[in-house]
Amino acid sequence: MLKKRLAALAIFLVGVTLGWFVYSTQMNDTRPFRLGLDLSGGTQLVYRADLSSILASDVADSMEALRDTIERRVNLFGVSEPLVQTQRGGTLAGETQERLLVELPGVTDTQEAIRLIGQTPVLDFRLLKENVPETALTPETVDEFFEPATITGKHLKSAQLQFDQSIGVNEPVVVINFDSEGAKIFADLTRENVGRSFGMFLDGSPISVPVIREAIPNGTAVISGNFQAEAAKELARNLNYGALPVPIELISTQTVSGTLGAEAVDSGIVAALWGIGAVALFMILWYRLPGLVAVVALSLYIAIVLALFQWIPVTLTAAGIAAFILSIGMAVDANVLIFERMKEELYAGKTTVEAITTGFSRAWPSIRDSNISSLITAIILFWMGTSLIKGFALVFGLGVLASMLSAIIVSRTFMLALGINAKVGVTRFLFGSGTRI
Amino acid sequence: MFITRNRNIFFTLTGALAALALLSIAIFGLQLGIDFTGGVLVEVSYESIRTSPEVVTDSLRGSGLEEFSLRESGELGYSLRTGELSDEQRDSLAAMFTIGDNEARVDQLTEIGPIIGAELRAKALIALALVLTAILLFVAFAFRKVSKPVSSWMYGLIALMTLGFDVLIPVGFYAFLGTITGASVDVLFVTAVLTVLGYSVHDTIVVFDRTRENLAINQERNRREDFAETAGRALNQTLVRSMTTSATTALALLALFILGPASTANFALMLLVGIITGTYSSIFLATPLLVAVERKFAKGK
Repeated sequence: MLKKRLAALAIFLVGVTLGWFVYSTQMNDTRPFRLGLDLSGGTQLVYRADLSSILASDVADSMEALRDTIERRVNLFGVSEPLVQTQRGGTLAGETQERLLVELPGVTDTQEAIRLIGQTPVLDFRLLKENVPETALTPETVDEFFEPATITGKHLKSAQLQFDQSIGVNEPVVVINFDSEGAKIFADLTRENVGRSFGMFLDGSPISVPVIREAIPNGTAVISGNFQAEAAKELARNLNYGALPVPIELISTQTVSGTLGAEAVDSGIVAALWGIGAVALFMILWYRLPGLVAVVALSLYIAIVLALFQWIPVTLTAAGIAAFILSIGMAVDANVLIFERMKEELYAGKTTVEAITTGFSRAWPSIRDSNISSLITAIILFWMGTSLIKGFALVFGLGVLASMLSAIIVSRTFMLALGINAKVGVTRFLFGSGTRI
Repeated sequence: MFITRNRNIFFTLTGALAALALLSIAIFGLQLGIDFTGGVLVEVSYESIRTSPEVVTDSLRGSGLEEFSLRESGELGYSLRTGELSDEQRDSLAAMFTIGDNEARVDQLTEIGPIIGAELRAKALIALALVLTAILLFVAFAFRKVSKPVSSWMYGLIALMTLGFDVLIPVGFYAFLGTITGASVDVLFVTAVLTVLGYSVHDTIVVFDRTRENLAINQERNRREDFAETAGRALNQTLVRSMTTSATTALALLALFILGPASTANFALMLLVGIITGTYSSIFLATPLLVAVERKFAKGK
């Protein structure tokens, strides 16, 4: 009996410690809950990367490079805790797409977010094919008469705005520097193609097509294309943020305002508190003493789940909060199964301790089966995988596991630790609810 | 046991409810949300008064939006659904709704590309098929040892029929809800359906489990008992538990529905209806069906 009571005490202390830990770290902000964009407010953008010109073996590398580039741009704008990640999707819809997911907490103007990611200045270089009459060059024939050069925008290291004074007026130009590999390629290219026209293309349209006069060994090229100073500055800036290795196209956006997010958090907390209160009150009124034990188990369950939210950490969404509240209602189910069974054993004339142990063991198969069926649903939902549903499934799954733990271990230990073994009226009253089954 | 003896009354009631749900789906229909079709959904709200829909509609037309549906949402808001937004339109969403100096605020904007929509649609169907298959296998496995007087696959089949009913009622309810609040079939709807499936199969299993146990005890003690009585007793023994669990879950969901975030209100309501249905069907449909099937078997012999 002493052992049982010590065990109960230990569990109780663990629960209190957990609860205190969650509470204090939340209050002093050292380990705040991680909130999804629908709660914190912010914007999520999903881009499709156009990899049609990339070899299959280079796809992974290109996506990495794309992710890094976008991440640099986002960081430059001082968004706190942005998330940039690559995804593959669309296979089920018959078209596999490489995607880039960008989450910008706190940015609640979608158009601004899109601007922030930037238009996609894809810089590439092409050589004019030989023997092409100059008059044949029109926007429609560009693709026909140019061939790709060995150097690409990937080799770009930096770009800056300068003013070219050679023709008398201050003409803004963009000077680009290639990295060491690019410099080598560029030197070879210019040496081998002296006299040919070298086209610089931005997003597929030619911005300047100078003739190569001599080999350029130092890895510097000048883009001069009748720029306004402002446009040249923007180009240099965009190139510096990183030229995108592949073009991207926006396919999905989701923006939630901070106000709406904050409202959702507040109402979620209020709903959770009322839900917990209602369930606790119901259990105590209906089951009396065992009900109280179930409420202790429920409190421990809540402490465990909240601690897991912080430690894993789980990104909480409105759907996740819904799952948490749903799980509070379901968490007591194991207790209910056990108590009903216990009551039956009591009516069958068993002593309280016997009733407790038999009740537990008889109820176990049902508890196990019910949790398995809920876990199956949670796993399949998690696989379905939009971030919204993942949030629901993860919390639901954690809830199912934690509730099983709290009911089996906690309720059992506590019920036995109470150690009431008298067949007196008070005990019977405390253990049996009014309805005779 | 009253319920198993008077099962025909409850079969009639169940049938009527199912017919009502089917009727609701047939009349109101289910509208697919942009999650599954692709498209744009905008939620805006005003500070103190809502500009009239006619004025807003004109303003939206003036901004070049052609095909759209505008719906009042909440006390002070609108929800706008349309196909696609240009950069300019996206930039001027708040301005489109701001008429005079009654300023509108964009609370939420969701744009989903057609491929993502198609992908989610496929995923939802696969998930539904997976859950149903998993449940059928699970029930067949759980009852593999029961064969008299009703064979084990019958338990599985009845569990599935019960599930069909459990899904039909909330879906019918949702179709009706859609005409009032504009609720459409979205990812959360599918989540609710799958959660209801997982929840109610468990409810049904607990009752069947008890029947199984009672049959075993009868055999052990060499007791002859009418199957209707055995099953009825199982129902009686699990009745309080079924109701209590539903009550606590329903209490939690009620709190979520009334007090929780607006974005999960439909979801909570759908779950609430699903869980009440699940409890009803495990009590008034599953076991009575089991008894009816046993009668058929007995007559056949």
